[in-house]
Amino acid sequence: MTREIAVVAFVQTRHRTREDGLSEVEMLAPVITEIKERTGVNRFGFTCSGSCDYLAGTPFAFVQALDAVGAWPPISESHVEMDAAWALYEAYVRLLHDDIDTALVYGFGKPSQGDFREVMTQQLDPYYLAPLGPDQVSLAALQARAHMERAGAKEDDLRAVAARARAAGRDNPFALHLDDPAPDEDYEVAPLRPYDIAPTTDGAAAIVLAAGDKARELCERPAWITGIDHRADAHGLGARDLSRSESTRVAGERAGARGVEVAELHAQFTHEELILREALGLGDDVTVNPSGGAMTANTVMAAGLVRIGEAAARIHDGTAGKVLGHASSGPCLQQNLVCVMEGEPRG
Amino acid sequence: MGNPCAVIGVGQTEYRTRRLDVSMAGLLREAARRALQDAGLDWDDIDAVVVGKAPDLFEGVMMPEAYLADALGARGKPMMRVHTAGSVGGSTAIVAAGLVQSGLHERVLTVAWEKQSESNATWALTVNSPHNTSLVVGAGGYFAPHIRAYIARSGAPAHIGTLVAVKDRQNALKNPYAHLKIPGISREMVEATPMLWEPIRYLETCPSSDGACAMVLASEDAARRAPNPPAWVLGTSMRSEPIFFAGRDTVLPQGGRDAAADVYRQAGITDPRRELDCAEVYVPFSWYEPMWLENLGFCGAGEGWKLTEAGATALDGDIPWNPSGGVLSSNPIGASGMIRFAEAALQVRGMAGEHQVEGARRALGHAYGGGAQFFAMWIVGSDKP
Repeated sequence: MTREIAVVAFVQTRHRTREDGLSEVEMLAPVITEIKERTGVNRFGFTCSGSCDYLAGTPFAFVQALDAVGAWPPISESHVEMDAAWALYEAYVRLLHDDIDTALVYGFGKPSQGDFREVMTQQLDPYYLAPLGPDQVSLAALQARAHMERAGAKEDDLRAVAARARAAGRDNPFALHLDDPAPDEDYEVAPLRPYDIAPTTDGAAAIVLAAGDKARELCERPAWITGIDHRADAHGLGARDLSRSESTRVAGERAGARGVEVAELHAQFTHEELILREALGLGDDVTVNPSGGAMTANTVMAAGLVRIGEAAARIHDGTAGKVLGHASSGPCLQQNLVCVMEGEPRG
Repeated sequence: MGNPCAVIGVGQTEYRTRRLDVSMAGLLREAARRALQDAGLDWDDIDAVVVGKAPDLFEGVMMPEAYLADALGARGKPMMRVHTAGSVGGSTAIVAAGLVQSGLHERVLTVAWEKQSESNATWALTVNSPHNTSLVVGAGGYFAPHIRAYIARSGAPAHIGTLVAVKDRQNALKNPYAHLKIPGISREMVEATPMLWEPIRYLETCPSSDGACAMVLASEDAARRAPNPPAWVLGTSMRSEPIFFAGRDTVLPQGGRDAAADVYRQAGITDPRRELDCAEVYVPFSWYEPMWLENLGFCGAGEGWKLTEAGATALDGDIPWNPSGGVLSSNPIGASGMIRFAEAALQVRGMAGEHQVEGARRALGHAYGGGAQFFAMWIVGSDKP
């Protein structure tokens, strides 16, 4: 079954380190309102979201968000407890059936409500790994070390990634505006220094997908999804080569990443960008993370969706012809999704 | 609807209060292996994996699909995780079916589970804690007022809930996987149990179970090569509505009516009571049988309890509901919806064993969740659409 499906609209919050005073629903509601106004669509053929109950520490985060969406009369709706990029994938698959022509996708997260590094420990194998208490940054440091030892990258290379991301982020009104990384900062967990670690961010984002003529009607220059694929690696950190991302490589190949001009990568650590660039075969001619990437707006549970939205925006504004949005889930880049979009649908 | 999709493998674990003999991964693997065996396949034959469960707080593992990737043979494959509250088992099956119907994959493994012994579900379902004082305790505390409203509105006599509790437990005696097996279950026995949330008595509620359910879904080509008869997916539907707003009818939710209308239209059904041979419907509290009989259009509003009372939903009635014993007999929450979908498939494949409804050719699988606001349904049949 083939059907032309495109990202036709993207809206995000001004991501903040700490969104005091606003609930998840209050962060999300203006985003939903804006994307409805911008597209002129109030009822969508399908709606799908991504969020995580562990950020609020209470079950059913997505239930309250539904009130912001306006689910009356009842809507066709689903939810993934993953980054909302996977909600976009579910909506994309649903749109491949030809009985609907629009889908609303959104994601939101407020990691400032808890200690995110510790919360992420609860994601690990509950019998053997989580009880040991390794936090997200410590595991990332293992991966950084593995990559540097194999590929020969130096700490200066990591800092250069942070410097580029922060410079780009300062040009992005939605991202955090962070100072240039200071070379004398102490290690957080060696070899990672504080600037190598994405700041967790509160916020929300939404995307509208549309098919065929409906996409052309809603958007002057739709970002046609010409390839989308996602893959999982082993969970056990000793059961895979941490210095590479095999799942990203396969997803990138299957999605047709070759020849992209812009890539928005969901790298939450500087070394992850290096691993992802290698896995996707991105050369120096590819503009990576012009938005600043997750290093300046790591809106947990929406950061991958934001990457797809930021990449699509380069098609929408005509500055690129072929782009890539990437999302990641699980410890040390365990699961990866690659969405390739083009200004012209694949004929 | 897209390309044809069929259930070619079903696997379930025994449902029990505690499965201390297996880890969470072991529990899922048990169901998945049985589904693969039924489908005559091995792990390598699977193209993608879709898993579902209710809130992560139930077991205390955040986004557990990451940890489960290895046990479910998902390395190098697409894997995703669905969560739509109590309806999740159904939604998960529908998302997995979509991967086949869209033509993306040939064979998809889908698994839903809950290992409730690793948590306290009543605490986890007492929403708003720890931030606010909750006015309800557990799912029963939330649904009891809806049931009282149904009784007041329909004039149903007080024993209807008891009849359902007895009927489903009698059916469970025929199901090798069922959790609650109560020989000699009777009205007196149910009525002698304590009142938990007026009018819900102890034996009118579902148990807390450990368990998993898995299915292998396949394209037409793959289904043709399957060793056992397929169950063809004739229609799928999901509907959601907000939990709170003035005027929402929690006794007869619009989302349930809309999803039923949608799935009947796809399957070409105009009179579900006559045209369906059996149904596996999410009844976690006994009174939900008459309520859902009305919501799903098996009868008019206020008439559901009469069907139950007349025995229409019994295994030998004209429209057997929950021949497996239903959620009242086994409730690993995240899996409960998928069990309904899988049991419907077993019925039309003629593989339901002792609780087989003779000659069943079209069956409904149903799940609901949240504050009776999320609905997932499918209809499966013996004949390819």
